[in-house]
Amino acid sequence: MAIFNLNINGKKQQVDVDPTTPMLWVLRDHLNLVGTKYGCGIAQCGACTIHLDGTAVRSCSLPVSAIGNKAITTIEGLSENGDHPVQKAWIEHDVPQCGYCQAGQIMTAAAFLKKNPNPTEAEIEAAMNGNICRCATYTRIKAAIKTAAKM
Amino acid sequence: MTILKTTYNRRSFLKASALSSGGLMLSFSLLTGFKPTPGLGEDQLPEEWFELNSYIKITEKNEIIIFSPNPEFGQNLMTSMPMIVAEELDVDWEKVTVEQAPFNIPNFGRQFTGGSQSIRSGWQALRTAGASAKYMLVQAAAETWKLPAAEIITQEGVLYHKISGKSATYGEMASAAAKIPVPKEVKLKEVKDFKIIGTPCKNVEGNKIVTGKPMFGIDYHKEGTLIAMVAHPPAFGMKLKSFDATAAKAMPGIKDVFDIQVYKEDYSQIAFDTRTFNNLVVVVGNSTWEVMKAKKTLKIEWEAFEDTIEIQKNFRGEKQELTIPAGLENSSDHYKKMEELSAKSAKVARKDGDPETAFKNADQILERTYTAPFLAHNCMEPLNCFAHVTAEKAELAAPIQVAEFIETTIAARIGLPVEKIDIQFTRMGGGFGRRAYAHFMVEAAVISQKMNAPIKLMYTREDDMTYGIYRPTYQATYRAALDKNKNLIGFHVKAGGIPESPLHANRFPAGAIDNYLAEEWSIPSNITIGAFRAPRSNFIAGAEQSFLDELAEAMGKDPIDFRLELLQRAKTNPVGTKNDYDADRYAGVLELVKEKSDWVKNKNTKISRGVAAYFCHNSYAAHVLEMSVKEGEITVEKVTSALDCGIVINPLSASNMVEGAVIDGIGNAFYGVLTFKDGKPDQSNFNNYRMIRISEAPKAINVHFVKNEIAPTGLGEPPFPPIFGALANALYQATGKRHYSQPFLGEAQPTE
Repeated sequence: MAIFNLNINGKKQQVDVDPTTPMLWVLRDHLNLVGTKYGCGIAQCGACTIHLDGTAVRSCSLPVSAIGNKAITTIEGLSENGDHPVQKAWIEHDVPQCGYCQAGQIMTAAAFLKKNPNPTEAEIEAAMNGNICRCATYTRIKAAIKTAAKM
Repeated sequence: MTILKTTYNRRSFLKASALSSGGLMLSFSLLTGFKPTPGLGEDQLPEEWFELNSYIKITEKNEIIIFSPNPEFGQNLMTSMPMIVAEELDVDWEKVTVEQAPFNIPNFGRQFTGGSQSIRSGWQALRTAGASAKYMLVQAAAETWKLPAAEIITQEGVLYHKISGKSATYGEMASAAAKIPVPKEVKLKEVKDFKIIGTPCKNVEGNKIVTGKPMFGIDYHKEGTLIAMVAHPPAFGMKLKSFDATAAKAMPGIKDVFDIQVYKEDYSQIAFDTRTFNNLVVVVGNSTWEVMKAKKTLKIEWEAFEDTIEIQKNFRGEKQELTIPAGLENSSDHYKKMEELSAKSAKVARKDGDPETAFKNADQILERTYTAPFLAHNCMEPLNCFAHVTAEKAELAAPIQVAEFIETTIAARIGLPVEKIDIQFTRMGGGFGRRAYAHFMVEAAVISQKMNAPIKLMYTREDDMTYGIYRPTYQATYRAALDKNKNLIGFHVKAGGIPESPLHANRFPAGAIDNYLAEEWSIPSNITIGAFRAPRSNFIAGAEQSFLDELAEAMGKDPIDFRLELLQRAKTNPVGTKNDYDADRYAGVLELVKEKSDWVKNKNTKISRGVAAYFCHNSYAAHVLEMSVKEGEITVEKVTSALDCGIVINPLSASNMVEGAVIDGIGNAFYGVLTFKDGKPDQSNFNNYRMIRISEAPKAINVHFVKNEIAPTGLGEPPFPPIFGALANALYQATGKRHYSQPFLGEAQPTE
């Protein structure tokens, strides 16, 4: 066990955990931030996507000991009132079905649009290809990202 | 005007009561009088299959709360079912609050999400409830104002008496309405007067989803909850021999390691009790990561089991013995065995005319065999369950499609009466049939009882994929007899699978061909199988629709026109009396997809197209899929879909469902496969089980609905089966090669 001081959604948080614990489980088990989801545990499905200094990362494969001073953003901290352009576009297009993978989809899309505010269809596909949606909401995810890009 | 009685059969009822804080609560548990879908095995089902249970609450502050009866797994019935109530209640949809109805309320209902039945079975019940509440509010206003009820009208949650100028909100009349007797019968709206039904309404939980609120089973949290994980045999056909947990027990955060028996030896399994392994090793600890790490240090010895007899009990309470065969099975042997069975004659499921003579006299016989592998459900949310069992009661919360059956199973296993078992539905991260099998809730209850503490049982992705209740592997051989003028004179289908047959003997093209033979066979296995989005149809539709495509080509006919000719025959002069489809409605979706896909106009263009249609779960679906191939890369450019599910409640979520089914089908047809070596699944996570991704989805999907006033039927399953055929047929047009074995694009490949 070791103590880690983390900066999560703009707040300082302290946890005392095994240093190998993936950030996913630190968030879910120790900080009760359960919007970030467990899907595969091996960085293949994207359900656990969070931002590390603004870059989308797979929290299931990121040990807490590797975080250091970097700022973490989770779905709970993406916007104050659920009004990030990606979240608004997701509602406008009625994207979610079961909704389980959507936090990861939104976090991937938000980080991507920050780097590439005016993406082509092929760039959207490449950016989102690591996020599986079993309900297959893919056509609406694509449409919502295009809408968010215009906001 | 439809007038409906508010009571059906013997147990149904509407019950009004006053809210303690003032206002009206109308609870209802209605039997809709529908028969179960024939495909579900009617004789296996109890009478009250389609019972459902919900509430309407109207407070004095004019808050209108409608409880959605069935658990939600992404089909958006949590929006669509309350829309039906709101329509007849006559309220402003924007002002309605929707909540998930609890399970285990007095005189509880089945509340079953599955079989594409929620809307179909809820239709009249939900309308009647809404209309009854409205009637009571009108009566309350009439008594309060001392005016004739016939002169009072409602609009968006307000009662008006035009002549006197009086008006009141529903909330103002709610307490008075609670004292009005529930009407014996109510008038329902005309379809033309619908204001909410048929309009696009967004997912009522959309905001919660996009902001990451806790909603799913895996998010369920209670102070002091321990985490539990199970270790199960690595292969089907094996069982626990012994284990050494010394290292695991010494690891930080670990509370205990022990083995459990899921069901007791003499337990008679009931519906949906299917479970793969009865003895599991359990690790319990403080946090998920600590338990995951400890689980890896377990030293477990497994051994092959002998033929095992299990007792199963049907809904009539009759017990039967089922032998689970010993053996460590291989996919290569499965295909060999299926090949052998295909070559033998099998159990005749339907015979019309004289197929033997037709085939003897044929000028040409077309024969093709189709196969598909086992599939894992792979819901995005792995199985999980919260359980807190004490000496007095059991509390459970889980993502489940149905709670009723497992409630009695849990009660029997932990020795508490059913009334002491409280089950909470959570939103499900996908279901697809998998979450109808709730053995994991029994596991959780047993673990909590043993620990005497609240626990959350978590499956890893690997547990979820390798300890499955899979879609079976199937094979079907189709034969058609043509005379010298290329007329179809005989048709023969022989289908089977491990361990069940996919045949639906009375579905199209049965009824359209004079000489018809349908046979089926099956091979026992110890690999557990269960419902997977449109069970059986999800294979047989693709096989049948691929064969009809090749048959049309052999006969020199357009594939849509050929199907329409057969349907015309089935309509005007049907063969046999047991045909389970409506030829007119079936033809209707083909006509619609023909029009909307510009089938005729695009005939001589370079677009590679495939068509397929199917009827299952009471609804009709047809797709035209367009494909391009550039430098060996296949792209699905467009899918045009036509559906007939009667009245469409919510066109937005209905289209979403169809889009999802189309992409799900393409993914499974292209990539889906679960294979076994010595009983062990070769695939265990998304690095070796390939799931369709965004770049592989169609570039466009256009969904169209047949407009009619027929009572609504389901949509979760019907669009799924035919997409396999449309894809196979387009693939042939694009590549010149017919594909007979799924997955069409070969073995699963890692994508990263």
